[in-house]
Amino acid sequence: MEAKEYKTIKTEIRLPYELAYGATWTRFFEGLKNKTIFGTKCTKCGRILVPARSFCPRCFVDTDEWVEVSQVGTLIAWCYTNYKYFGMPTEPPFIGSLIRLNGTDVNFLHLMGGFDLNNFDEVKKIIKSGMKVEAVWSDDRKGHIMDIKYFRPL
Amino acid sequence: MGRPVAIIGVGQTKHGRRMDVSYPDLVREAVVAVFNETGLTPNDIDGVVSGTMPSMMEGIALTHFYFADAMQAAGKPIMKTETCGSTGVSIAHTAYYWVASGMADLVLAVGHEKMNEGNSQATMTTVAEPFYQRYFISGAPGVFSMQSQMWMDRYNIPEEKIRDAAAFISVTHHDDAFDNPYAHIKMKVTMDEVKNARIITYPVRLLDVCPNSDGACAVIFASKDMVKKLGRKPAWVKGVGYRGEEYFFGDSDKVVWESAIQAAKQAYDQAGIKDPRKELDVAEVYNPFTFQEMLFYECFGFCEPGESPDMVLKGTFTRKGELPCDPSGGTLCTNPIGATGLIRVAEAALQVMGKAGDHQVPKAKLALSHAMGGVDQFNGIMILGSKL
Repeated sequence: MEAKEYKTIKTEIRLPYELAYGATWTRFFEGLKNKTIFGTKCTKCGRILVPARSFCPRCFVDTDEWVEVSQVGTLIAWCYTNYKYFGMPTEPPFIGSLIRLNGTDVNFLHLMGGFDLNNFDEVKKIIKSGMKVEAVWSDDRKGHIMDIKYFRPL
Repeated sequence: MGRPVAIIGVGQTKHGRRMDVSYPDLVREAVVAVFNETGLTPNDIDGVVSGTMPSMMEGIALTHFYFADAMQAAGKPIMKTETCGSTGVSIAHTAYYWVASGMADLVLAVGHEKMNEGNSQATMTTVAEPFYQRYFISGAPGVFSMQSQMWMDRYNIPEEKIRDAAAFISVTHHDDAFDNPYAHIKMKVTMDEVKNARIITYPVRLLDVCPNSDGACAVIFASKDMVKKLGRKPAWVKGVGYRGEEYFFGDSDKVVWESAIQAAKQAYDQAGIKDPRKELDVAEVYNPFTFQEMLFYECFGFCEPGESPDMVLKGTFTRKGELPCDPSGGTLCTNPIGATGLIRVAEAALQVMGKAGDHQVPKAKLALSHAMGGVDQFNGIMILGSKL
């Protein structure tokens, strides 16, 4: 199928963007800077949503009741990533994880860490779905999702 | 459901690494194939629908304009439908709605992708916003790996059993692809090779994952009057279903996966299907990952929740089984994303028209086709039958 006699052209697109966070994301990220994780509570369905939302995606009402949520939770699912692609914002190997923070009603997406990730067989001995985990904070916090370095097993 | 609608012909390119053609020429290859197959000409077509994954895949925006000539769309209404991985089924739905509404009698639907010209996982990662989810998603395999684990945990399915069943799916689909003249990956694999392949995103290993393919697919949808006039044996659209769910991956349950369950239910209700495993003769389930294919079997009611690995290992879904799934080799062996869902529809149509060649399921009369898109966010179904 591959016909090496035909030419190709190498091209590239680079576009700068500046995306607006709005009030809710701004306050959520400010919270991370201060080592706090904020959710918002829907007054209609009663769910505590994290990260904080400006509205409940199910009830479509404003969610302006702010709740500082627990930094401890349960590991729901994890994925050991061992490949790389262009523009990947996190350096592999890493463990993308769904975490149910105590008292909240949705799964929070972040990383598991705090142990050697280079040998998968060792990783598999440590990490188990259902285990209790806790947020570990970066010393250099910028008001960014990576202000939480990762969650560590408790 | 509006007016009756049928598929009267399909055309596919040879899928694979197609650096031998430019992207518009690849699209034209599928369009010419469907015109040759049906004996129709561009003048007969009332409107054109096309679609891709995000345009960043090939770095050219609004590809329906770029391909206007290749699809012979000049002088006609043209629409683009884009729903990530489920694009192909959405293109089929758009064409279906157009004819069912009575506003057109013949609509050309074209899906296309040239994944080898760009970086597929980098493109897919842009589906996640850049300040929260993008850091953790790790392309398509990462999402599906987490989903597979949740499924395993929910029903306490032993990991070894799931691993065996996923390997079995990989082996049988790779075998099936040899009988599909358009399939991309034609490779004999063994259970041991699948189970020991390199980890991509645990538990997903290299041979559990679809390839990056270049390819296009073109399908012509027709009204009942037009089917009668042309005198062709069609594949009738018996039911369509499509559902989405919340944007954030952690907001909804991906095991009792409502978008997949409800999309199938909508299509079954329209088609009058009560027991899909018994009533369907064949299914083209969107299966970019072996593990996820089993979850779809459960969401579509082919078996009970948590039961699919046992059924897979019994051979229920092989070509000689009770409900053959992906006799074409499926997405696992061929994945030009914007075309992939439409290829599922086209393969289902070929089966009920009796034109699937070496991978024909004998006497297939009712077939399901499916595709999934986004960060596990959307599912679409189209059911086709040999009788109206």
